[in-house]
Amino acid sequence: MRLLSASETRIGVIGALGLASVAMLPLLDQGYTLTLTVNIMLYVVLCTAWALFSGPTHYISLATAAFYGLGTYAVALGIDILPFPLLVLIGALVAGVVAGLVGVATLRLSGVYFVIFTLGLAELIRQVVTWLQSEMGSSLGLYVLTDLREQHLLWMLTGMAALVYVAGWLINRSRLGFAMRIIGNDETVARHVGIDTALAKVVLFIISGTIIGAVGAILAPRYSYITPTGAFNSMISFQVVIMALLGGVHRLWGPLLGVIPFTILFDQVSSRFPNHTSLVVGLAFIAIVYLLPRGVLGFFADLASLRRRFRIVLVEDGKAVP
Amino acid sequence: MSGSLLSVSAARRAFGGLVAVNDVSFEVKDGELLGLIGPNGSGKTTMLNLISGAIRPNSGMIVLGGETISGLPAHRVARLGVARTFQLVRVLPTLSVEENVTAGGVFGHIRVWGEDAHKLAHALLERVGLGGRAGTPTGSLTYIDQKRLELARALASNPRLLLLDEWLAGLNPSELRIGIQLIRDIRNDGRTIIMVEHVMDAIRSLCDRVVVMSSGKTIADGDVGAVLSDPAVIRAYLGGENA
Ligand SMILES: Nc1ncnc2c1ncn2[C@@H]1O[C@H](COP(=O)(O)OP(=O)(O)OP(=O)(O)O)[C@@H](O)[C@H]1O
Ligand SMILES: [Mg+2]
Repeated sequence: MRLLSASETRIGVIGALGLASVAMLPLLDQGYTLTLTVNIMLYVVLCTAWALFSGPTHYISLATAAFYGLGTYAVALGIDILPFPLLVLIGALVAGVVAGLVGVATLRLSGVYFVIFTLGLAELIRQVVTWLQSEMGSSLGLYVLTDLREQHLLWMLTGMAALVYVAGWLINRSRLGFAMRIIGNDETVARHVGIDTALAKVVLFIISGTIIGAVGAILAPRYSYITPTGAFNSMISFQVVIMALLGGVHRLWGPLLGVIPFTILFDQVSSRFPNHTSLVVGLAFIAIVYLLPRGVLGFFADLASLRRRFRIVLVEDGKAVP
Repeated sequence: MSGSLLSVSAARRAFGGLVAVNDVSFEVKDGELLGLIGPNGSGKTTMLNLISGAIRPNSGMIVLGGETISGLPAHRVARLGVARTFQLVRVLPTLSVEENVTAGGVFGHIRVWGEDAHKLAHALLERVGLGGRAGTPTGSLTYIDQKRLELARALASNPRLLLLDEWLAGLNPSELRIGIQLIRDIRNDGRTIIMVEHVMDAIRSLCDRVVVMSSGKTIADGDVGAVLSDPAVIRAYLGGENA
């Protein structure tokens, strides 16, 4: 295996410095900026984990809320008996197992059925949890009372971001990553060169789901009172798709470019137009899709190739090519 | 040239009411270059698809070196040593030329990775006439170069059986000569090959044996000279408007 190339080293150093400065933020601010940054980091991890799977496979997964909710519930159910870090691990594992089962059952389906199934999954799990709670005669919600504050959430999310970026980078340079790029190009060829395409997709879906489950667990203390409706909220699935696509899913750091502007926009809109949030966000979304159909990343790529083509034209003109 | 490497017995595949491959049987010996010919729509590609696992036969059996491969998914068949090119050339456009070749060697029959894969890719690119082109964008390759690339990819797993689906189609006369020589070289390495082809000169100069299909059935199987002068074969071709 190669060692790090120069550009990988540069990106690695920039990334590490970036994450380190995010982790220092609580020293400067404990209020608005901290909360906003926690939201940004939350979606950075979710969207990057989502894109690990959906980027190369082109399958749009709406299962984020399902995995996230499972993580949240792992904490809600176990907070009185087990230590928090262990619960995060359990939440991640449960989400990973569910991702594996869903993957085996659905990844042979075509893209459209997959979208619908994953959307239904969050709803299904929510109904099951609600039913179980009423069967066991407990109250509707569960309390998660910890002494973890925003800054602790930020630190954990920063750690998760480091984890997801390193994992993504390792996958990209592994056989699995190579297999996914081949599958993304031509699935028939992929099968004929010996790739078990279904297995590769399931493995990636499990990795993605596990990370999302861990994030759901980490965020549980923020909600304090956890209900099925709150934990398995499909809104989060849609937001993740929108932000990841807005940024671009063909580079590991692509989703970041979507998360930062969208989270800030969403925050501004919901504070200034509290009654029209979805309307304004919807309009913003339409504008984004219309103006940047291939995401921020694609926009920059287009710009670069345009400049390159322009330069070629100039060179050809210079040589007076007929 | 000893035992039989591939044996197809009564393989059958229907699409709705159309029986594209109708109880076809033939053998391919180790080291042999078998031509599979027949008029358009006679079921040649479907036959290759059955062997490579792209589609499953409705009945019949396909055995590779003692192991039954009929019914196995394509990736398992590939790992057992069957590699192929496609009638409509399929390169991987967003991968580099080198990666297109390594794609064939990383997951298949004999696996390579890292430095070994890099060396193998360069050797194979040299072999198919794309030496020094490892870094060029795949999208800018000409048609014949795309076909060369596909061939290098198929060779990268060091397959026991190579399936070529009209690999020579669409080449101009000088490219054709180069192409025929390339297949001859590969065959002289001891590689077992089934080639589907419409170019009769290539069949005559390359093949040990030919199997002729017509409307899904085998109508001849034997020595090239004898088969090509067989009245039934001539009739099938003339009737099939492809002289
Ligand atoms: N996936 C499919 N679904 C339905 N019909 C098919 C399918 N594949 C092949 N056929 C039909 O089966 C018959 C045989 O097709 P096949 O492609 O095997 O012929 P071929 O001998 O390779 O022809 P050509 O020389 O034109 O490539 C044709 O009538 C074709 O339309
Ligand atoms: Mg064909």
